[in-house]
Amino acid sequence: MLLDKSLKELLAGYRNKSIDPVDVINEAYAQITKYSTDLNVLISVRDKQEALQQLRSLSPSLTLYGLPYILKDSYSTTELRTTCASKILDNYFPVYDATVHQKLKAAGAILLGKGNMDAWGHGASTENSDFGMGKNPWDPTRVVGGSSGGPAAAVATRMCAFAIGEDTGGSIRNPAAWNNISGLRVTYGRVSRYGCVAYASSMDTVGPLGKTAEDLGVILSVIAGSDKYDATSAPNPVPDYSQLLSKKPQHLKIGIASEMFGPGLDKEISANTKAFADKLSDLGHEIVDISLPIAEISDAAYYILAPSETSSNLSRYDGIRYGNMRELFTQETMRRIMVGTYELSSGYYDAYYRKALKIRTLLIKTFQKAFDKCDVILLPENPIMPPKLGDLISDPLANMLADLYNTPVSLIGSPALVIPSGFHKNGLPIGVQLVGKKFAEGLLLALGHEYQQATDWHTRSHKL
Amino acid sequence: MSYSLICGAEIHIELKTKSKMFCGCKNDPFHADKPNIYTCPVCLGMPGALPVPNKKAIEDCILIGLALGCQIAKVSKFDRKHYFYPDLPKGYQISQYDEPFCFKGSVDTSFGPVRITRVHMEEDTAKLQHTTVDGKKVSLIDFNRSSVPLVEIVTEPDIKSPEQAKEFLKKVRDIVRTLGVSDCDMEKGSMRLEANISLAPVGANPCIRPQLPNYKVEVKNINSFRYFANSLTTEFARHSKILDRGETPVQETRGYRADLGTTVSQRVKEDAADYRYFPDPDIPPIVISDEWLSQIKSRLPKLPSAKIDTLIALGISESAAKIIVTNQVMMEYIDQVKTINPKYLESVAKDLVNKKIDPAKLAPSDYIKGLESRLASQISDESVLKPIIEKIIADNPSVVSDFKSGKQNTLGFFVGAVMKATHGQADPGITNKLLHDLLH
Repeated sequence: MLLDKSLKELLAGYRNKSIDPVDVINEAYAQITKYSTDLNVLISVRDKQEALQQLRSLSPSLTLYGLPYILKDSYSTTELRTTCASKILDNYFPVYDATVHQKLKAAGAILLGKGNMDAWGHGASTENSDFGMGKNPWDPTRVVGGSSGGPAAAVATRMCAFAIGEDTGGSIRNPAAWNNISGLRVTYGRVSRYGCVAYASSMDTVGPLGKTAEDLGVILSVIAGSDKYDATSAPNPVPDYSQLLSKKPQHLKIGIASEMFGPGLDKEISANTKAFADKLSDLGHEIVDISLPIAEISDAAYYILAPSETSSNLSRYDGIRYGNMRELFTQETMRRIMVGTYELSSGYYDAYYRKALKIRTLLIKTFQKAFDKCDVILLPENPIMPPKLGDLISDPLANMLADLYNTPVSLIGSPALVIPSGFHKNGLPIGVQLVGKKFAEGLLLALGHEYQQATDWHTRSHKL
Repeated sequence: MSYSLICGAEIHIELKTKSKMFCGCKNDPFHADKPNIYTCPVCLGMPGALPVPNKKAIEDCILIGLALGCQIAKVSKFDRKHYFYPDLPKGYQISQYDEPFCFKGSVDTSFGPVRITRVHMEEDTAKLQHTTVDGKKVSLIDFNRSSVPLVEIVTEPDIKSPEQAKEFLKKVRDIVRTLGVSDCDMEKGSMRLEANISLAPVGANPCIRPQLPNYKVEVKNINSFRYFANSLTTEFARHSKILDRGETPVQETRGYRADLGTTVSQRVKEDAADYRYFPDPDIPPIVISDEWLSQIKSRLPKLPSAKIDTLIALGISESAAKIIVTNQVMMEYIDQVKTINPKYLESVAKDLVNKKIDPAKLAPSDYIKGLESRLASQISDESVLKPIIEKIIADNPSVVSDFKSGKQNTLGFFVGAVMKATHGQADPGITNKLLHDLLH
């Protein structure tokens, strides 16, 4: 398949005319037709003729010329409705484009559709969607992961060359691992959030999903940077990530914390993560012991801060402006609104919100200390393999515990790269998580690229 | 039983910055041709839109704080204040909760100082219009005002009388106008007032500040200083009656009704509203460096009280000076006269205040020319004036007897008659002196 090729190969092919971008777009639409409805991958699909017309209007010299992409349906787009997978916004057609979408369009990429997700980002399975539960391409009886499940499945099933997810408490990382693709949670502030429907504003990040670390670097170079429409976007200059990636990282110190390999972790995932560490060691890096003593309570802090913020962010859907009433919120969303409202109420603020902020500060210090001893921290991505559809939706607590390795990174605002690292004996993919210091995306991508040059897990495809 | 009034004020002031508080939309709600023309995803609260604070508005807020003698925070932040209302598109208002830009100020009045609790920055709401369209009663929303920068000034309960309230509020308005950051137009609503009122029994020692009572009534919808004073008067009477019966007035929000000249109950507050304040995660904390603060301070113009002192030092009467400082046009006129010839300031001030000069029509130089020629032809020779005055006294015996029986205002009659007889050329000072001598 043309869409198995890397972004650089596609772009080079377009330039020397060995590949026709029209064929690639046709291929993507064929995959959409084949899988989207069965797996509930996309919520809205762009008219093909419109996409092809856009292609004809583009200059082939553009950085991302002709590359088809999928956006999570949490991004404001003028071409397609933006539902955030909730019936509340069933017929909401935005009047403006999210900054990330604007940048990709300007670079010549072409939007093909909007990916399914847990409504408002509430979940790690894409089961909490008002547009059908997302199914895993590797085993359609299992969840696809989430909340960016649609975009991740779209990459895995080659409906696009890359996708844009959104990661608050693991929403890019979790489905990347469960779909055998690469995903990057960026440093908070690295990419503008303008136009991304807010879940928990202090942790929401906009990041790419792709086939390889190299592809992620190509996309990040385009979407990163400060934005006058986002006061929390960082002024740090944007490096050329593709160039950083081409330099083989030398003798990195990879930190492993034994606390992170406790009883809640699936034994095979645990062994897989350790095997990954061995491979890095073979590649010339040094594995060092670190300690992350309070990481285990990060879930508690996250599940206070995120619902508090979401209860505030969702108050604009008051039934007056978007045509649909609040009873259309999913159970999971209502639960988070209720919990968050309670935690922010006077008399409870100090007991919950303020205490969670203190844990957040402690976590930042804990990781700072750990980063004194290493360059990158290696964590498992998910403690469990994707559950059967419907298994966890009735067990919200188990659902939250699945975020164990994601929430500490979200709370400290660090970047984290998830890449495929092998397979479970049940045939499903496993991914690992490489966490860096703030703005260390370049280093993470270079390390991921080095690993992917030496392994072929990421090239394996589902058997649908 | 006698009571003393305890009142604190909340003053909202819309800043006249070019753009709105958190977006680039034009800030001009009062001159918009149509509703909803100055809007964007941010001030409409659309999904995904983010607020970016207006630096100029923050500076203006701090400037007001400085002018009201406040301390300025080193680090401040914005918070979300949650409540449901159709004019609030996000479901929360971006305001400041526990770390306002400015705090602990004070404004002097002739009845004693009024302490300023805080001066903070927030965004205005949209405007609701309840009207009838095609025979149907509808509520329409105009977002031109949504997210316009709004400064809130909160005082301690230091206002003790309607007179003090008026003086204080006027002073605040004059200061803000002098800063040039708001028009403070109460008709249009760019300055809005609220009073928090309660009464305390007067103790044995009136010098001791009474304890704060266990209730408080909030009065809204006040759009003039007079109405503010009226609301204090009527509330004082209402509370006194209730307290005399041994009861406590209900803790509630009342609205001032100009048509009735009194307040009416709007809603009873069972509990303090729970606004679920928390720091707005979309806006990083704001650090006010010494450098930035001194830049803002350098914008601080001479404030009205200092200006009044300057005018008095130039020979202008205190009463005229107080009027002139509130009027930019008069101030400029005075400035120009000062550069031409400062010795005429007293008379130009008097003429401006008595509206004998229309500054739009008479240039200061022409005014001085006219004044000088009048002075040149002025009759100040007592030997010329005396016979004229004697004749007028002889011709008006009844007015003379009125004057002698104590009607001092009849003096004006004689001055007028002398001016008429001399075609306005009699020296007023000498005329007065002669009249005085001759009538007694």
